[in-house]
Amino acid sequence: MAQSFREVLNSGKFVVTSEIGPPKGTNLESMCHHIDLLKDRVDAVNVTDHQSSVMRYPSLGGCLHIKERGGEPILQMTCRDRNQMALQADLLFAYSRGVRNVLCLTGDSIVVGDHKNAADVFELDSCQLLRTIRHLETGKDLGGNDLDGGVEFCAGAIVTPEAQPIEPQLIKFEKKVEAGAEFIQTQAIYDLDNFAKFMDHARQYPIKVLAGIVLLVSARMAKFMTENVPGIFVPQNLIDELASAPKGEALKKGIDIAGRMISTLEKESICDGVHIMAIGREEVVPDILAAAGLGNGAHP
Amino acid sequence: MKSITKQKPMEEITQGLSGLDRVYIVGCGTCATMTRTGGREEVLEMKERLQGLDKIVTGWTVLPTACDEMTEAAVGQSNGALRDANCILCMSCALGVQRLAWSVNKPVIPALDTLFLGLEETPGDFHEVCAQCGHCVLGYTAGICPITACHKHLLNGPCGGTNNGKCEIDKNRDCAWTLIYNRLKEQGRLDLMKMYHPVKDAQVLPRPRITRVV
Repeated sequence: MAQSFREVLNSGKFVVTSEIGPPKGTNLESMCHHIDLLKDRVDAVNVTDHQSSVMRYPSLGGCLHIKERGGEPILQMTCRDRNQMALQADLLFAYSRGVRNVLCLTGDSIVVGDHKNAADVFELDSCQLLRTIRHLETGKDLGGNDLDGGVEFCAGAIVTPEAQPIEPQLIKFEKKVEAGAEFIQTQAIYDLDNFAKFMDHARQYPIKVLAGIVLLVSARMAKFMTENVPGIFVPQNLIDELASAPKGEALKKGIDIAGRMISTLEKESICDGVHIMAIGREEVVPDILAAAGLGNGAHP
Repeated sequence: MKSITKQKPMEEITQGLSGLDRVYIVGCGTCATMTRTGGREEVLEMKERLQGLDKIVTGWTVLPTACDEMTEAAVGQSNGALRDANCILCMSCALGVQRLAWSVNKPVIPALDTLFLGLEETPGDFHEVCAQCGHCVLGYTAGICPITACHKHLLNGPCGGTNNGKCEIDKNRDCAWTLIYNRLKEQGRLDLMKMYHPVKDAQVLPRPRITRVV
């Protein structure tokens, strides 16, 4: 039998995960194509949970498709849309259908999404969601009632290593470790020196850290993210490098940059792996892996 | 603490008054005066506007504090102008609207939307400071309420949306958890931020919330 994601995390190998975003609607063709493209090339595939507060086909649905197609899913769960009853119920359902990995997130604000007048929930935060998972694993629900048939999950969380100031994020990181997080998939990182500093801190804790690699597709996108996406900072030299690409070749340059970063992270053992987010360009994830020298895109 | 209000669009107010042509206007001398939504000036302005819409304004008053028990006396049988009206247009917060609706057997139409309970930080600048959650955590958070000051009312530290001390929904708004962090650090009490806070009890008092002082 194939290794579980937890076993992979603890195997000492350089772990590679990627992610897919479910569709707006019920046409699953593109999502399934991306699953097929990624499932044998990475160790696990995240499915986003109404990313950026845009209502979509559910994360749990995407995870079931990954299972059906022979891949290893990571269920992204935000606290934005469900109260503690709904979150627990979804965890029971996920477990019953073979989903064994959960990434616990706070969730983006409703007002940045496409249902701006919807109610948000945030009854739990990411630390509390992690503890909810650990609590369910004791055979009890949050109401203190016995479960008939339990759950067991490999639970993870996120960190933003580029956030300013960083100290409050580090405190939250420590609380996530204490809450039972086994792995971290970081927000996008581009400044490897800064990330190495974060790793010096993170290494004190018993947790695996996968660096977030967001594919840059143009100098414009890199600038936009730096200016508008909290916790993302693309250094000027990378923006210049993208801008220097001949017309129509910025994407190729972005793939090179991502591959080069991954390769450095692996060769210098800076962290335990990477989480590749191609955001709509899942097609090129194999090219990024090839550029990183990771099994010519046929990892693992 | 003040009840912060905003005037409804005139269209909605006139819709509320449809079929009711004789209107008595009630303002409030406390919060709605301070927020300039239901003080003397606004009541008189409303009177003009309603008259311009062919309504008959039988009278008006600005109650000292529309939500308190004096309201009942002020709108009693001796108030002839009110007797002549077939409805009240209330320019106070929802507390005053409800106090009036208990006291007078006539339709009470709200002219304002009640937004939040807030403090005036600088003149004209009102901030929500308490969500009345029923279980105060201010002792752990350096006197800054994460339930109201954090957009996601998070209890265990900032989300990843914070940047340079600002909130993900608005670059001009402070991140509550950065403020809490800074103040706790200044006080040498960062251990409080490292403390885990369990899920809040959402049913401290089941709604509708009622308490009795014995």
